[in-house]
Amino acid sequence: MTRPTSLFDKLWERHVVVPENDEAPAVLYIDLHLIHEVTSPQAFLVLDARGLKVRRPDLTVATLDHSTPTLPANEDGELPYVTPEAKQQVERLIENCATHGIELLGLDDPRRGIVHVIGPELGLTQPGKTIVCGDSHTSTHGAFGALAFGIGTTEVGHVLATQCVLQRKPKSMRVTFEGELPSGVGAKDMALAMIAQIGADGGQGYAIEFAGPAVRALSMEGRMTLCNMSIESGARFGIIAPDDVTVEWVKGRDFAPTGLEWNEMLADWMQLRSDLGAQFDKEAVIDASTIRPMVTYGVSPDAAAPVDEIAPAPKTDAQRHAADYMKLDAGKPFSCAAVNRVFIGSCTNSRLSDLREAAAVMRGHQVKPGVTVLVVPGSEAVKRAAEDENLHTVFLAAGAQWREPGCSMCIAMNGDVGAPGDLVVSTSNRNFIGRQGKGVRTVLASPATAAASAIEGRIADPRPYVGRLKESA
Amino acid sequence: MSFAPFKTLTSRTVVLPQENIDTDQIIPARFLTTTSREGLGKAAFYDWRYDENGQPKNSSVFNRIDPEAQQILVAGSNFGCGSSREHAPWALSDFGFRAVISSDIADIFKSNAQKNGLAPIEIDEPSHRALLETPGAEVTVDLETCLVVFKGGSAPFTMEPFARRCLLDGVDPLGALLNHLPDIEAYEGRL
Ligand code: SF4
Repeated sequence: MTRPTSLFDKLWERHVVVPENDEAPAVLYIDLHLIHEVTSPQAFLVLDARGLKVRRPDLTVATLDHSTPTLPANEDGELPYVTPEAKQQVERLIENCATHGIELLGLDDPRRGIVHVIGPELGLTQPGKTIVCGDSHTSTHGAFGALAFGIGTTEVGHVLATQCVLQRKPKSMRVTFEGELPSGVGAKDMALAMIAQIGADGGQGYAIEFAGPAVRALSMEGRMTLCNMSIESGARFGIIAPDDVTVEWVKGRDFAPTGLEWNEMLADWMQLRSDLGAQFDKEAVIDASTIRPMVTYGVSPDAAAPVDEIAPAPKTDAQRHAADYMKLDAGKPFSCAAVNRVFIGSCTNSRLSDLREAAAVMRGHQVKPGVTVLVVPGSEAVKRAAEDENLHTVFLAAGAQWREPGCSMCIAMNGDVGAPGDLVVSTSNRNFIGRQGKGVRTVLASPATAAASAIEGRIADPRPYVGRLKESA
Repeated sequence: MSFAPFKTLTSRTVVLPQENIDTDQIIPARFLTTTSREGLGKAAFYDWRYDENGQPKNSSVFNRIDPEAQQILVAGSNFGCGSSREHAPWALSDFGFRAVISSDIADIFKSNAQKNGLAPIEIDEPSHRALLETPGAEVTVDLETCLVVFKGGSAPFTMEPFARRCLLDGVDPLGALLNHLPDIEAYEGRL
């Protein structure tokens, strides 16, 4: 009998062009390369300088998301770019794609959006594929049972030129969520609870497979949220074995296989799981039934605690440094902290289900005066779908802003930034110092918690609104 | 891409003892709208170095150092976590650093640094602590013998052999990958 192998090992083996040895990493084949305007220009420069062509433009897809404004164009059709450089960066990608024959889901394309939202949305993301992007949250696509990871710009150049990367196989880790999530608690809370448990470097050097009944019970969107946040524990890969939920998602999407090919792929996808008895280098088990809505209180995503707790007193130098920056009152409930900005968006939480969750909380309420709320759909398709359901009218009626799709305040490089001292409850993925603007303090949370905080003008527990959440589900 | 080969470096250190220094600290996102990799040294640790008005902060160690003489950055654990932006090692290199020493360096940053002539060195915790406690100390990073030597001690380190070779030779691994094109074609033929 062959040794039981993990899903990760199976996917890895399938894509090895040249196996690794003592001297060199494996040459790993890439099935899908997603590119965007920020981490690609320097890679194209290297290609051009060396006279190289893009080897497989047919396996490369580009979009514009990071530097693009989320406010609409003016009467003359001009977009309000934050700087001329931002505009130039966008134009550079347009040029590079034209020169190299790469499909660009550009500014006027109804399929444009945040790179990790559109891949799955278009059915480009499929079980069994290797997927890379010059962006650390590429782990998102692992939710489909794909081997997906973020790379640097030099490697973007490698993939453009050869369709391969040099990689050593990471160690393996399994995180099992036992039990059932309580109502009002979602995938974002699972992710933050996990990172709080294993630490911001607990997944460093590992590929994480998420397993257990609470993971199986998640929608595809929830699975993407969970895999998206893997990198915040240091793990470049998060992966979930495909099942019926995955298949249902992919079926019928633009780039999904059809006919005979679909049947063949389906049979293959159903094999993609870790064998019984597969060994992992590290294991963590979390009881999902004990997870509460989570918020972060520090400047690293592992500084996370249940929203109904009190802000802990710092113990180490690092914690003191974080507490000095965050200025939450130690010993007081998180709910005492006044919030003046809320961001609902990013590749972590900007899909239709996230917007539904936020709208269900906000419906019939008003945003607290003095709080600025940005709701930024993850893609043009999400925006259209949300508008078809009139979610935007819920947000607008409550006093929130309804923006054009993009990364927006997740990375705050397109002009959507907070002001120094702002306390932002954000559905994005990083609470680093200055991530959302110089001196801005970020509290990471789920869409429900962000929406509740917008209404109450303070860090708020979404569970009192939970009956409404259920109604909307 | 090629860069200066890294064999051995003796220089003084700059110490940033904080843990989890993420790439948003190393280079804030608003500097990422560039389309070139040059000249990012001025953006390195920008918000640590300058106040709201763009004036140098007296409290910042960066405004008291000599980049020519202090080419080794010693930082707290989990250095370089967060985003995959290669702008982070570009900014550090352009500022003048040639090596980063920590007890634990984030994967993507490490990989990016190695491709740009910036040596990421992970050493044991007691040695790391000793370096953290002696800012400005003279340290030798010897990539040929894989040893960090400092006053009162030395620490062996390991580095992925291929990345080490590339650093020693001063080359980006693209050449090696291109040599594998026949294998890549064969793989594609099997699909
Ligand atoms: S939303 Fe944020 S994390 Fe996601 S791709 Fe954009 S900048 Fe990166």
